[in-house]
Amino acid sequence: MSHVLKVENLEVVYNDVVLVLKGLSLSAEQGKITALLGANGAGKSTTLKAISGLLETEDGEVTDGAILYDGKPIHGTHPEKIVRQGIFQVMEGRRIFEDLTVEENLRCGAYTRPRSEFSGDMEKVYDYFPRLKERRKQLAGYMSGGEQQMLAIGRAVMAHPKLLLLDEPSLGLAPILVEEIFDIVQRINQQENCTVLLVEQNARAALSVASYGYIMENGRIVLDGKGSELLTNPDVQEFYLGMGAGGKKSYRDVKHYRRRKRWLG
Amino acid sequence: MEQYLQLIINGLVVGSIYSLVALGFVIIYKATKVVNFAQGELVMVGAYICFALTVQFQLPFLAAFLITLFFSIILGLCIERLALRPLIGEEGISVIMVTIALSSVLKSLVQLIWGHDLQVYPQMLPTEPIWIAGLPVAPVYIAALILSGLLFAVFTLFFKYSRVGIAMRATAYDQQAAQSMGISVKNIFAMSWCIACVVSSIGGLILGNINGIDPHLGHLGLAVFPAVILGGLDSLAGAALGGLLIGIIENVCDGAAMQLFDIGGFKEVAAFVVLVIILMVKPYGLFGTEEIERV
Ligand SMILES: Nc1ncnc2c1ncn2[C@@H]1O[C@H](COP(=O)(O)OP(=O)(O)OP(=O)(O)O)[C@@H](O)[C@H]1O
Ligand SMILES: [Mg+2]
Repeated sequence: MSHVLKVENLEVVYNDVVLVLKGLSLSAEQGKITALLGANGAGKSTTLKAISGLLETEDGEVTDGAILYDGKPIHGTHPEKIVRQGIFQVMEGRRIFEDLTVEENLRCGAYTRPRSEFSGDMEKVYDYFPRLKERRKQLAGYMSGGEQQMLAIGRAVMAHPKLLLLDEPSLGLAPILVEEIFDIVQRINQQENCTVLLVEQNARAALSVASYGYIMENGRIVLDGKGSELLTNPDVQEFYLGMGAGGKKSYRDVKHYRRRKRWLG
Repeated sequence: MEQYLQLIINGLVVGSIYSLVALGFVIIYKATKVVNFAQGELVMVGAYICFALTVQFQLPFLAAFLITLFFSIILGLCIERLALRPLIGEEGISVIMVTIALSSVLKSLVQLIWGHDLQVYPQMLPTEPIWIAGLPVAPVYIAALILSGLLFAVFTLFFKYSRVGIAMRATAYDQQAAQSMGISVKNIFAMSWCIACVVSSIGGLILGNINGIDPHLGHLGLAVFPAVILGGLDSLAGAALGGLLIGIIENVCDGAAMQLFDIGGFKEVAAFVVLVIILMVKPYGLFGTEEIERV
Protein backbone atom coordinates (compact mmCIF):
# COMPACT_ATOMS: atom_id res chain seq x y z
CA MET A 1 0.00 0.00 0.00
CA SER A 2 1.28 3.42 -0.90
CA HIS A 3 0.91 6.64 0.95
CA VAL A 4 0.26 9.83 -1.02
CA LEU A 5 0.85 11.90 2.04
CA LYS A 6 3.26 11.41 4.88
CA VAL A 7 3.58 13.85 7.72
CA GLU A 8 6.57 13.18 9.95
CA ASN A 9 7.20 14.71 13.37
CA LEU A 10 5.62 17.96 12.36
CA GLU A 11 6.11 20.96 14.60
CA VAL A 12 4.20 24.17 13.99
CA VAL A 13 4.60 27.48 15.78
CA TYR A 14 2.24 30.45 15.50
CA ASN A 15 3.55 34.02 15.84
CA ASP A 16 7.01 32.65 16.68
CA VAL A 17 5.86 31.62 20.17
CA VAL A 18 2.84 29.35 20.36
CA LEU A 19 3.81 25.73 19.75
CA VAL A 20 0.66 24.07 18.42
CA LEU A 21 1.82 20.88 16.72
CA LYS A 22 4.34 18.96 18.77
CA GLY A 23 5.76 16.25 16.61
CA LEU A 24 2.70 15.04 14.76
CA SER A 25 2.97 12.11 12.37
CA LEU A 26 0.33 10.64 10.13
CA SER A 27 -0.10 9.33 6.64
CA ALA A 28 -2.89 9.05 4.12
CA GLU A 29 -3.17 5.98 1.97
CA GLN A 30 -3.67 6.38 -1.76
CA GLY A 31 -7.34 6.35 -2.75
CA LYS A 32 -8.64 5.96 0.80
CA ILE A 33 -10.37 8.19 3.32
CA THR A 34 -8.31 8.91 6.41
CA ALA A 35 -9.96 10.56 9.40
CA LEU A 36 -8.25 12.96 11.80
CA LEU A 37 -10.22 13.45 14.99
CA GLY A 38 -9.73 15.45 18.14
CA ALA A 39 -11.22 17.95 20.52
CA ASN A 40 -11.42 21.69 19.92
CA GLY A 41 -8.03 23.30 19.72
CA ALA A 42 -6.16 20.01 19.30
CA GLY A 43 -4.52 21.33 16.15
CA LYS A 44 -6.49 19.58 13.41
CA SER A 45 -7.02 22.64 11.24
CA THR A 46 -3.42 23.64 11.80
CA THR A 47 -2.32 20.27 10.45
CA LEU A 48 -4.35 20.74 7.28
CA LYS A 49 -3.09 24.28 6.80
CA ALA A 50 0.48 23.11 7.18
CA ILE A 51 -0.12 20.60 4.39
CA SER A 52 -1.90 23.03 2.05
CA GLY A 53 0.58 25.83 2.74
CA LEU A 54 -2.12 28.19 4.02
CA LEU A 55 -0.25 28.45 7.30
CA GLU A 56 1.95 31.05 5.63
CA THR A 57 -1.01 33.46 5.52
CA GLU A 58 -1.55 33.17 9.28
CA ASP A 59 1.91 33.80 10.61
CA GLY A 60 2.32 30.12 11.33
CA GLU A 61 5.52 28.27 10.58
CA VAL A 62 6.66 24.69 10.28
CA THR A 63 9.67 24.58 12.55
CA ASP A 64 10.49 20.91 12.38
CA GLY A 65 9.53 17.69 10.66
CA ALA A 66 8.55 16.94 7.10
CA ILE A 67 5.51 16.85 4.86
CA LEU A 68 5.95 14.44 1.99
CA TYR A 69 3.51 14.44 -0.92
CA ASP A 70 4.13 11.68 -3.43
CA GLY A 71 7.41 11.20 -1.63
CA LYS A 72 8.58 14.78 -2.19
CA PRO A 73 8.82 17.41 0.55
CA ILE A 74 6.34 20.23 -0.06
CA HIS A 75 6.75 22.36 2.98
CA GLY A 76 7.69 25.94 2.12
CA THR A 77 5.86 25.82 -1.20
CA HIS A 78 3.34 28.65 -1.74
CA PRO A 79 -0.29 27.60 -1.38
CA GLU A 80 -1.17 28.49 -4.97
CA LYS A 81 1.54 26.12 -6.20
CA ILE A 82 0.38 23.38 -3.87
CA VAL A 83 -3.13 23.61 -5.34
CA ARG A 84 -1.62 23.12 -8.78
CA GLN A 85 0.15 20.01 -7.53
CA GLY A 86 -3.22 18.51 -6.64
CA ILE A 87 -3.80 19.26 -2.95
CA PHE A 88 -7.01 21.14 -2.22
CA GLN A 89 -8.18 22.19 1.22
CA VAL A 90 -11.85 22.81 1.94
CA MET A 91 -11.49 25.16 4.86
CA GLU A 92 -13.38 25.02 8.12
CA GLY A 93 -16.54 27.11 8.09
CA ARG A 94 -17.14 26.67 4.33
CA ARG A 95 -15.63 30.02 3.38
CA ILE A 96 -17.70 30.42 0.25
CA PHE A 97 -17.66 33.77 -1.54
CA GLU A 98 -21.02 35.06 -0.44
CA ASP A 99 -21.40 37.89 -2.89
CA LEU A 100 -20.57 35.70 -5.86
CA THR A 101 -23.12 33.40 -7.46
CA VAL A 102 -22.94 29.63 -7.09
CA GLU A 103 -21.52 29.30 -10.56
CA GLU A 104 -18.92 32.02 -10.00
CA ASN A 105 -17.84 30.20 -6.85
CA LEU A 106 -17.35 27.07 -8.91
CA ARG A 107 -15.32 29.08 -11.41
CA CYS A 108 -13.00 30.06 -8.60
CA GLY A 109 -12.58 26.40 -7.69
CA ALA A 110 -11.58 25.76 -11.31
CA TYR A 111 -9.11 28.66 -11.31
CA THR A 112 -6.09 26.41 -11.87
CA ARG A 113 -7.75 24.23 -14.52
CA PRO A 114 -7.94 24.68 -18.28
CA ARG A 115 -11.04 26.57 -19.41
CA SER A 116 -12.11 23.76 -21.70
CA GLU A 117 -12.85 21.48 -18.75
CA PHE A 118 -15.13 23.93 -17.00
CA SER A 119 -18.56 23.06 -18.30
CA GLY A 120 -18.00 19.32 -18.05
CA ASP A 121 -16.71 19.61 -14.50
CA MET A 122 -19.59 21.84 -13.53
CA GLU A 123 -22.08 19.22 -14.73
CA LYS A 124 -20.22 16.69 -12.64
CA VAL A 125 -20.58 18.88 -9.55
CA TYR A 126 -24.28 19.36 -10.27
CA ASP A 127 -24.55 15.62 -10.57
CA TYR A 128 -23.15 15.19 -7.06
CA PHE A 129 -25.19 18.11 -5.72
CA PRO A 130 -28.37 18.59 -7.75
CA ARG A 131 -29.47 21.28 -5.33
CA LEU A 132 -26.62 23.52 -6.47
CA LYS A 133 -27.87 23.35 -10.03
CA GLU A 134 -31.24 24.79 -9.08
CA ARG A 135 -29.49 27.69 -7.42
CA ARG A 136 -26.64 28.23 -9.80
CA LYS A 137 -27.42 31.87 -10.60
CA GLN A 138 -28.18 32.72 -6.99
CA LEU A 139 -25.83 34.58 -4.66
CA ALA A 140 -24.07 32.01 -2.56
CA GLY A 141 -24.57 34.06 0.59
CA TYR A 142 -28.29 33.45 0.49
CA MET A 143 -28.01 29.68 0.57
CA SER A 144 -28.57 27.50 3.61
CA GLY A 145 -25.61 26.22 5.60
CA GLY A 146 -25.95 22.76 4.08
CA GLU A 147 -26.02 24.11 0.56
CA GLN A 148 -23.01 26.25 1.30
CA GLN A 149 -21.12 23.18 2.48
CA MET A 150 -22.08 21.41 -0.75
CA LEU A 151 -20.78 24.39 -2.68
CA ALA A 152 -17.52 24.34 -0.74
CA ILE A 153 -17.01 20.68 -1.61
CA GLY A 154 -18.20 21.29 -5.17
CA ARG A 155 -15.56 23.97 -5.57
CA ALA A 156 -12.97 21.43 -4.55
CA VAL A 157 -14.21 18.89 -7.11
CA MET A 158 -13.74 21.56 -9.80
CA ALA A 159 -10.02 21.59 -9.02
CA HIS A 160 -9.49 17.85 -9.70
CA PRO A 161 -7.66 17.26 -6.44
CA LYS A 162 -5.50 14.19 -5.94
CA LEU A 163 -5.54 14.82 -2.22
CA LEU A 164 -8.61 16.45 -0.72
CA LEU A 165 -8.34 17.99 2.74
CA LEU A 166 -11.77 18.39 4.32
CA ASP A 167 -12.04 20.43 7.49
CA GLU A 168 -15.19 19.65 9.47
CA PRO A 169 -17.69 19.30 6.64
CA SER A 170 -20.42 18.36 9.15
CA LEU A 171 -20.06 21.60 11.09
CA GLY A 172 -23.48 22.96 12.01
CA LEU A 173 -25.46 20.55 9.86
CA ALA A 174 -28.55 18.54 10.79
CA PRO A 175 -27.86 14.79 11.21
CA ILE A 176 -29.67 13.84 8.03
CA LEU A 177 -27.58 16.29 6.04
CA VAL A 178 -24.40 15.04 7.67
CA GLU A 179 -25.22 11.61 6.35
CA GLU A 180 -25.87 12.95 2.88
CA ILE A 181 -22.63 14.91 2.81
CA PHE A 182 -20.60 11.95 3.98
CA ASP A 183 -22.20 9.73 1.35
CA ILE A 184 -21.14 12.19 -1.30
CA VAL A 185 -17.65 12.48 0.12
CA GLN A 186 -17.42 8.72 -0.25
CA ARG A 187 -18.64 8.88 -3.83
CA ILE A 188 -16.16 11.63 -4.66
CA ASN A 189 -13.40 9.61 -3.09
CA GLN A 190 -14.21 6.63 -5.31
CA GLN A 191 -15.28 8.27 -8.55
CA GLU A 192 -12.69 11.03 -8.67
CA ASN A 193 -10.03 8.68 -7.44
CA CYS A 194 -8.93 11.19 -4.86
CA THR A 195 -7.44 10.52 -1.49
CA VAL A 196 -9.27 12.23 1.36
CA LEU A 197 -7.95 13.47 4.67
CA LEU A 198 -11.02 14.20 6.74
CA VAL A 199 -10.94 16.32 9.89
CA GLU A 200 -14.02 15.94 12.05
CA GLN A 201 -15.63 16.55 15.41
CA ASN A 202 -18.33 14.11 14.46
CA ALA A 203 -16.24 11.03 15.16
CA ARG A 204 -18.92 8.47 14.49
CA ALA A 205 -19.78 9.77 11.03
CA ALA A 206 -16.12 10.18 10.12
CA LEU A 207 -15.01 6.75 11.31
CA SER A 208 -17.85 5.04 9.52
CA VAL A 209 -16.50 6.20 6.16
CA ALA A 210 -12.78 6.25 6.94
CA SER A 211 -10.58 3.27 6.36
CA TYR A 212 -8.05 4.58 8.84
CA GLY A 213 -8.27 7.08 11.64
CA TYR A 214 -6.03 9.17 13.86
CA ILE A 215 -6.97 10.78 17.12
CA MET A 216 -5.05 13.81 18.22
CA GLU A 217 -4.81 15.68 21.48
CA ASN A 218 -2.80 18.75 22.10
CA GLY A 219 -0.72 18.70 18.96
CA ARG A 220 0.10 14.99 18.89
CA ILE A 221 -1.44 11.77 17.66
CA VAL A 222 -2.51 9.75 20.66
CA LEU A 223 -4.27 6.85 19.02
CA ASP A 224 -4.58 5.45 15.53
CA GLY A 225 -6.04 2.42 13.84
CA LYS A 226 -8.48 1.13 11.28
CA GLY A 227 -11.77 3.01 11.20
CA SER A 228 -13.77 0.02 12.33
CA GLU A 229 -11.34 -0.72 15.17
CA LEU A 230 -11.48 2.83 16.48
CA LEU A 231 -15.27 2.75 16.40
CA THR A 232 -15.26 -0.15 18.82
CA ASN A 233 -12.31 0.98 20.91
CA PRO A 234 -13.58 1.60 24.47
CA ASP A 235 -11.54 4.77 24.99
CA VAL A 236 -12.76 6.24 21.75
CA GLN A 237 -16.31 5.24 22.56
CA GLU A 238 -16.07 6.89 25.91
CA PHE A 239 -14.33 10.14 24.95
CA TYR A 240 -15.40 10.77 21.40
CA LEU A 241 -18.59 8.87 20.80
CA GLY A 242 -20.29 9.77 24.08
CA MET A 243 -20.98 6.16 24.98
CA GLY A 244 -19.67 6.13 28.56
CA ALA A 245 -20.70 2.87 30.25
CA GLY A 246 -22.89 4.47 32.90
CA GLY A 247 -25.14 6.56 30.68
CA LYS A 248 -24.95 10.17 31.80
CA LYS A 249 -21.56 11.47 32.78
CA SER A 250 -20.94 12.32 36.41
CA TYR A 251 -18.22 14.46 37.88
CA ARG A 252 -16.29 11.28 38.60
CA ASP A 253 -16.35 10.48 34.93
CA VAL A 254 -15.05 13.90 34.16
CA LYS A 255 -12.17 13.45 36.58
CA HIS A 256 -11.53 10.08 35.08
CA TYR A 257 -11.62 11.68 31.68
CA ARG A 258 -9.02 14.21 32.72
CA ARG A 259 -6.80 11.45 34.00
CA ARG A 260 -7.23 9.46 30.86
CA LYS A 261 -6.61 12.51 28.79
CA ARG A 262 -3.36 13.12 30.56
CA TRP A 263 -2.45 9.54 30.02
CA LEU A 264 -3.38 9.67 26.38
CA GLY A 265 -1.56 12.95 25.86
CA MET B 1 -33.24 77.03 -17.08
CA GLU B 2 -31.08 76.56 -20.09
CA GLN B 3 -28.12 77.62 -18.08
CA TYR B 4 -28.78 74.85 -15.57
CA LEU B 5 -29.11 72.25 -18.31
CA GLN B 6 -25.73 73.38 -19.52
CA LEU B 7 -24.36 73.02 -16.01
CA ILE B 8 -25.80 69.52 -15.76
CA ILE B 9 -24.13 68.53 -19.00
CA ASN B 10 -20.80 69.92 -17.82
CA GLY B 11 -21.38 68.10 -14.56
CA LEU B 12 -22.02 64.83 -16.35
CA VAL B 13 -18.78 65.12 -18.27
CA VAL B 14 -16.64 66.01 -15.29
CA GLY B 15 -18.62 63.43 -13.31
CA SER B 16 -17.84 60.69 -15.80
CA ILE B 17 -14.16 61.41 -15.25
CA TYR B 18 -14.68 61.29 -11.50
CA SER B 19 -16.41 57.97 -12.04
CA LEU B 20 -13.38 56.56 -13.82
CA VAL B 21 -10.99 57.71 -11.16
CA ALA B 22 -13.37 56.52 -8.45
CA LEU B 23 -13.47 53.16 -10.18
CA GLY B 24 -9.71 52.89 -9.80
CA PHE B 25 -9.91 53.87 -6.18
CA VAL B 26 -12.65 51.36 -5.41
CA ILE B 27 -10.88 48.50 -7.17
CA ILE B 28 -7.78 49.03 -5.06
CA TYR B 29 -9.81 49.40 -1.90
CA LYS B 30 -11.93 46.36 -2.61
CA ALA B 31 -9.08 44.05 -3.49
CA THR B 32 -6.37 45.21 -1.11
CA LYS B 33 -8.19 47.29 1.53
CA VAL B 34 -5.72 50.10 0.82
CA VAL B 35 -7.09 53.64 0.82
CA ASN B 36 -5.12 55.18 -2.00
CA PHE B 37 -4.40 58.83 -1.40
CA ALA B 38 -2.37 59.03 -4.58
CA GLN B 39 -5.30 58.38 -6.90
CA GLY B 40 -5.41 61.99 -8.09
CA GLU B 41 -1.68 61.95 -8.80
CA LEU B 42 -2.11 58.86 -10.96
CA VAL B 43 -4.54 60.93 -13.02
CA MET B 44 -1.98 63.68 -13.28
CA VAL B 45 0.85 61.37 -14.31
CA GLY B 46 -1.28 59.80 -17.04
CA ALA B 47 -2.27 63.20 -18.36
CA TYR B 48 1.35 64.37 -18.50
CA ILE B 49 2.62 61.23 -20.16
CA CYS B 50 0.04 61.53 -22.89
CA PHE B 51 0.83 65.23 -23.19
CA ALA B 52 4.53 64.51 -23.57
CA LEU B 53 3.88 61.90 -26.23
CA THR B 54 1.52 64.02 -28.30
CA VAL B 55 3.16 67.43 -27.94
CA GLN B 56 6.82 66.81 -27.23
CA PHE B 57 7.23 63.63 -29.29
CA GLN B 58 4.62 64.57 -31.88
CA LEU B 59 3.02 61.13 -31.95
CA PRO B 60 -0.45 60.68 -33.37
CA PHE B 61 -3.04 60.64 -30.61
CA LEU B 62 -4.00 56.99 -30.91
CA ALA B 63 -0.37 55.89 -30.55
CA ALA B 64 0.08 58.25 -27.62
CA PHE B 65 -3.06 56.86 -26.04
CA LEU B 66 -1.89 53.26 -26.31
CA ILE B 67 1.61 54.02 -25.06
CA THR B 68 0.10 55.90 -22.11
CA LEU B 69 -1.96 52.82 -21.23
CA PHE B 70 1.09 50.63 -21.48
CA PHE B 71 3.06 52.99 -19.31
CA SER B 72 0.24 53.04 -16.76
CA ILE B 73 0.34 49.28 -16.48
CA ILE B 74 4.07 49.40 -15.83
CA LEU B 75 3.58 52.17 -13.29
CA GLY B 76 0.92 50.13 -11.51
CA LEU B 77 3.18 47.11 -11.36
CA CYS B 78 6.09 49.17 -10.02
CA ILE B 79 4.01 50.89 -7.37
CA GLU B 80 2.56 47.63 -6.15
CA ARG B 81 5.86 45.77 -6.19
CA LEU B 82 8.08 48.48 -4.70
CA ALA B 83 5.82 50.49 -2.43
CA LEU B 84 2.92 48.32 -1.35
CA ARG B 85 4.01 44.71 -1.35
CA PRO B 86 6.67 45.16 1.32
CA LEU B 87 3.87 46.45 3.53
CA ILE B 88 1.48 43.52 3.18
CA GLY B 89 0.30 42.66 6.66
CA GLU B 90 1.36 46.01 8.14
CA GLU B 91 -1.06 48.32 9.89
CA GLY B 92 -3.49 50.42 7.88
CA ILE B 93 -1.91 53.70 8.93
CA SER B 94 1.54 52.77 7.58
CA VAL B 95 0.01 51.85 4.27
CA ILE B 96 -1.90 55.13 4.13
CA MET B 97 1.31 57.04 4.85
CA VAL B 98 2.96 55.25 1.95
CA THR B 99 0.22 56.28 -0.47
CA ILE B 100 0.46 59.86 0.77
CA ALA B 101 4.21 59.76 0.23
CA LEU B 102 3.62 58.32 -3.19
CA SER B 103 1.36 61.24 -4.07
CA SER B 104 4.08 63.73 -3.07
CA VAL B 105 6.74 61.88 -5.00
CA LEU B 106 4.66 61.70 -8.16
CA LYS B 107 3.72 65.34 -7.91
CA SER B 108 7.30 66.51 -7.43
CA LEU B 109 8.48 64.36 -10.30
CA VAL B 110 5.92 65.88 -12.62
CA GLN B 111 6.84 69.41 -11.55
CA LEU B 112 10.50 68.61 -11.98
CA ILE B 113 10.03 67.36 -15.52
CA TRP B 114 7.26 69.60 -16.86
CA GLY B 115 7.23 72.66 -14.62
CA HIS B 116 4.26 74.41 -13.03
CA ASP B 117 2.60 76.07 -15.98
CA LEU B 118 -0.63 75.17 -17.59
CA GLN B 119 -0.03 73.06 -20.68
CA VAL B 120 -2.56 72.50 -23.39
CA TYR B 121 -3.15 69.47 -25.58
CA PRO B 122 -3.35 69.97 -29.31
CA GLN B 123 -6.91 70.30 -30.54
CA MET B 124 -7.91 66.88 -31.81
CA LEU B 125 -11.63 67.11 -32.20
CA PRO B 126 -13.49 69.89 -34.01
CA THR B 127 -14.38 72.81 -31.75
CA GLU B 128 -17.64 73.43 -33.55
CA PRO B 129 -20.33 72.49 -31.00
CA ILE B 130 -22.84 69.79 -31.67
CA TRP B 131 -26.44 70.82 -30.94
CA ILE B 132 -28.32 68.45 -28.68
CA ALA B 133 -31.88 69.38 -27.74
CA GLY B 134 -31.15 73.00 -28.48
CA LEU B 135 -27.98 73.12 -26.40
CA PRO B 136 -24.49 73.48 -27.78
CA VAL B 137 -22.17 70.68 -26.59
CA ALA B 138 -18.48 70.50 -27.39
CA PRO B 139 -17.53 67.32 -29.28
CA VAL B 140 -14.77 66.63 -26.77
CA TYR B 141 -17.44 66.41 -24.07
CA ILE B 142 -19.35 63.85 -26.02
CA ALA B 143 -16.18 61.88 -26.70
CA ALA B 144 -15.39 61.97 -23.00
CA LEU B 145 -18.81 60.60 -22.08
CA ILE B 146 -18.63 57.87 -24.66
CA LEU B 147 -15.12 56.83 -23.68
CA SER B 148 -15.90 56.58 -19.98
CA GLY B 149 -19.18 54.81 -20.66
CA LEU B 150 -17.30 52.32 -22.79
CA LEU B 151 -14.71 51.72 -20.12
CA PHE B 152 -17.38 51.07 -17.53
CA ALA B 153 -19.03 48.58 -19.84
CA VAL B 154 -15.70 46.83 -20.39
CA PHE B 155 -14.97 46.57 -16.69
CA THR B 156 -18.47 45.40 -15.86
CA LEU B 157 -18.05 42.55 -18.33
CA PHE B 158 -14.55 41.88 -17.05
CA PHE B 159 -15.69 41.47 -13.45
CA LYS B 160 -18.75 39.49 -14.41
CA TYR B 161 -17.35 37.02 -16.90
CA SER B 162 -13.57 36.81 -17.00
CA ARG B 163 -11.69 34.34 -14.88
CA VAL B 164 -9.36 36.96 -13.46
CA GLY B 165 -12.22 39.39 -12.84
CA ILE B 166 -14.13 36.80 -10.84
CA ALA B 167 -10.96 35.86 -8.98
CA MET B 168 -10.50 39.52 -8.08
CA ARG B 169 -13.97 39.69 -6.59
CA ALA B 170 -13.37 36.45 -4.72
CA THR B 171 -10.11 37.79 -3.32
CA ALA B 172 -11.86 40.97 -2.26
CA TYR B 173 -14.34 38.90 -0.33
CA ASP B 174 -11.99 36.42 1.34
CA GLN B 175 -8.27 36.46 0.65
CA GLN B 176 -7.39 33.22 2.37
CA ALA B 177 -10.23 31.29 0.77
CA ALA B 178 -9.18 32.67 -2.61
CA GLN B 179 -5.65 31.51 -1.94
CA SER B 180 -6.92 28.07 -1.04
CA MET B 181 -8.21 27.71 -4.60
CA GLY B 182 -4.87 28.52 -6.14
CA ILE B 183 -5.51 32.20 -6.79
CA SER B 184 -2.31 34.16 -6.29
CA VAL B 185 -3.28 37.07 -4.07
CA LYS B 186 -0.09 38.92 -4.99
CA ASN B 187 -0.97 38.83 -8.67
CA ILE B 188 -4.47 40.03 -7.90
CA PHE B 189 -3.06 42.98 -5.94
CA ALA B 190 -0.75 43.88 -8.80
CA MET B 191 -3.64 43.58 -11.23
CA SER B 192 -5.75 45.98 -9.13
CA TRP B 193 -3.03 48.62 -9.18
CA CYS B 194 -2.64 48.24 -12.93
CA ILE B 195 -6.33 48.73 -13.52
CA ALA B 196 -6.42 51.71 -11.17
CA CYS B 197 -3.51 53.32 -13.00
CA VAL B 198 -5.03 52.68 -16.40
CA VAL B 199 -8.45 54.13 -15.64
CA SER B 200 -6.88 57.12 -13.89
CA SER B 201 -4.62 57.82 -16.83
CA ILE B 202 -7.55 57.72 -19.18
CA GLY B 203 -9.42 60.10 -16.90
CA GLY B 204 -6.35 62.34 -16.92
CA LEU B 205 -5.95 62.46 -20.64
CA ILE B 206 -9.63 63.20 -21.18
CA LEU B 207 -9.38 66.00 -18.69
CA GLY B 208 -6.22 67.25 -20.37
CA ASN B 209 -8.06 67.41 -23.67
CA ILE B 210 -10.82 69.47 -22.09
CA ASN B 211 -9.05 71.81 -19.70
CA GLY B 212 -5.34 71.50 -20.27
CA ILE B 213 -3.11 70.24 -17.47
CA ASP B 214 -1.07 71.58 -14.60
CA PRO B 215 0.39 69.94 -11.50
CA HIS B 216 -2.79 70.77 -9.54
CA LEU B 217 -4.59 68.11 -11.51
CA GLY B 218 -3.84 65.80 -8.62
CA HIS B 219 -6.41 67.66 -6.53
CA LEU B 220 -8.95 65.75 -8.51
CA GLY B 221 -8.29 63.03 -5.97
CA LEU B 222 -10.06 65.22 -3.42
CA ALA B 223 -13.21 65.39 -5.48
CA VAL B 224 -13.14 61.67 -5.92
CA PHE B 225 -13.36 61.03 -2.19
CA PRO B 226 -16.91 62.29 -1.88
CA ALA B 227 -17.74 60.29 -5.00
CA VAL B 228 -16.52 56.98 -3.63
CA ILE B 229 -17.87 57.55 -0.16
CA LEU B 230 -21.19 58.51 -1.63
CA GLY B 231 -21.25 55.37 -3.73
CA GLY B 232 -20.06 53.17 -0.89
CA LEU B 233 -16.35 52.45 -0.74
CA ASP B 234 -16.59 48.98 -2.22
CA SER B 235 -19.15 49.21 -4.97
CA LEU B 236 -18.24 49.62 -8.63
CA ALA B 237 -21.71 50.71 -9.64
CA GLY B 238 -21.61 53.08 -6.68
CA ALA B 239 -18.36 54.57 -7.97
CA ALA B 240 -19.95 55.23 -11.34
CA LEU B 241 -23.04 56.82 -9.92
CA GLY B 242 -21.23 58.65 -7.13
CA GLY B 243 -18.86 60.20 -9.66
CA LEU B 244 -21.66 61.41 -11.92
CA LEU B 245 -23.67 62.75 -8.99
CA ILE B 246 -20.75 64.64 -7.52
CA GLY B 247 -19.95 66.10 -10.93
CA ILE B 248 -23.48 67.35 -11.39
CA ILE B 249 -23.88 68.56 -7.79
CA GLU B 250 -20.64 70.51 -7.99
CA ASN B 251 -21.53 72.28 -11.17
CA VAL B 252 -25.15 73.01 -10.37
CA CYS B 253 -24.46 74.24 -6.84
CA ASP B 254 -21.59 76.33 -8.09
CA GLY B 255 -23.79 77.91 -10.72
CA ALA B 256 -26.62 78.48 -8.29
CA ALA B 257 -24.37 80.04 -5.66
CA MET B 258 -22.95 82.33 -8.28
CA GLN B 259 -26.30 83.39 -9.60
CA LEU B 260 -28.22 83.73 -6.34
CA PHE B 261 -25.61 84.92 -3.87
CA ASP B 262 -22.79 85.98 -6.11
CA ILE B 263 -20.38 83.63 -4.30
CA GLY B 264 -17.67 82.00 -6.37
CA GLY B 265 -15.73 78.82 -5.65
CA PHE B 266 -18.60 76.97 -4.04
CA LYS B 267 -17.70 73.99 -6.22
CA GLU B 268 -15.22 72.33 -3.91
CA VAL B 269 -17.46 72.66 -0.86
CA ALA B 270 -20.75 71.63 -2.42
CA ALA B 271 -19.82 67.99 -2.87
CA PHE B 272 -18.77 67.62 0.74
CA VAL B 273 -21.91 69.27 2.07
CA VAL B 274 -24.11 66.91 0.12
CA LEU B 275 -21.92 64.03 1.17
CA VAL B 276 -22.40 64.75 4.85
CA ILE B 277 -26.16 64.93 4.41
CA ILE B 278 -26.34 61.64 2.53
CA LEU B 279 -24.10 59.82 4.97
CA MET B 280 -26.35 60.87 7.82
CA VAL B 281 -29.16 59.01 6.09
CA LYS B 282 -27.18 56.11 4.63
CA PRO B 283 -23.96 55.52 6.59
CA TYR B 284 -22.64 52.89 4.15
CA GLY B 285 -23.13 55.10 1.11
CA LEU B 286 -25.71 54.49 -1.55
CA PHE B 287 -24.43 51.06 -2.60
CA GLY B 288 -21.91 50.04 0.04
CA THR B 289 -22.28 46.56 1.45
CA GLU B 290 -22.34 45.81 5.11
CA GLU B 291 -22.58 42.08 4.83
CA ILE B 292 -25.05 39.69 3.39
CA GLU B 293 -27.54 38.71 6.03
CA ARG B 294 -28.85 35.22 5.51
CA VAL B 295 -32.55 34.74 6.21
N1 LIG C 1 -3.59 31.94 13.33
C1 LIG C 1 -3.34 31.54 14.59
N2 LIG C 1 -2.54 32.26 15.39
C2 LIG C 1 -2.27 31.86 16.65
N3 LIG C 1 -2.75 30.74 17.20
C3 LIG C 1 -3.55 29.97 16.45
C4 LIG C 1 -3.89 30.32 15.11
N4 LIG C 1 -4.70 29.37 14.62
C5 LIG C 1 -4.87 28.47 15.60
N5 LIG C 1 -4.18 28.81 16.71
C6 LIG C 1 -4.13 28.05 17.95
O1 LIG C 1 -3.69 26.76 17.67
C7 LIG C 1 -4.41 25.80 18.41
C8 LIG C 1 -4.98 24.76 17.47
O2 LIG C 1 -5.89 25.38 16.61
P1 LIG C 1 -6.62 24.60 15.45
O3 LIG C 1 -7.49 25.57 14.76
O4 LIG C 1 -5.63 23.87 14.64
O5 LIG C 1 -7.51 23.57 16.27
P2 LIG C 1 -8.60 22.55 15.78
O6 LIG C 1 -8.19 21.22 16.22
O7 LIG C 1 -8.87 22.72 14.35
O8 LIG C 1 -9.87 23.02 16.63
P3 LIG C 1 -11.40 23.09 16.23
O9 LIG C 1 -11.94 21.71 16.34
O10 LIG C 1 -11.99 24.00 17.25
O11 LIG C 1 -11.48 23.63 14.86
C9 LIG C 1 -5.47 26.56 19.18
O12 LIG C 1 -5.03 26.65 20.50
C10 LIG C 1 -5.51 27.90 18.54
O13 LIG C 1 -5.77 28.89 19.49
MG1 LIG D 1 -10.41 23.43 13.27
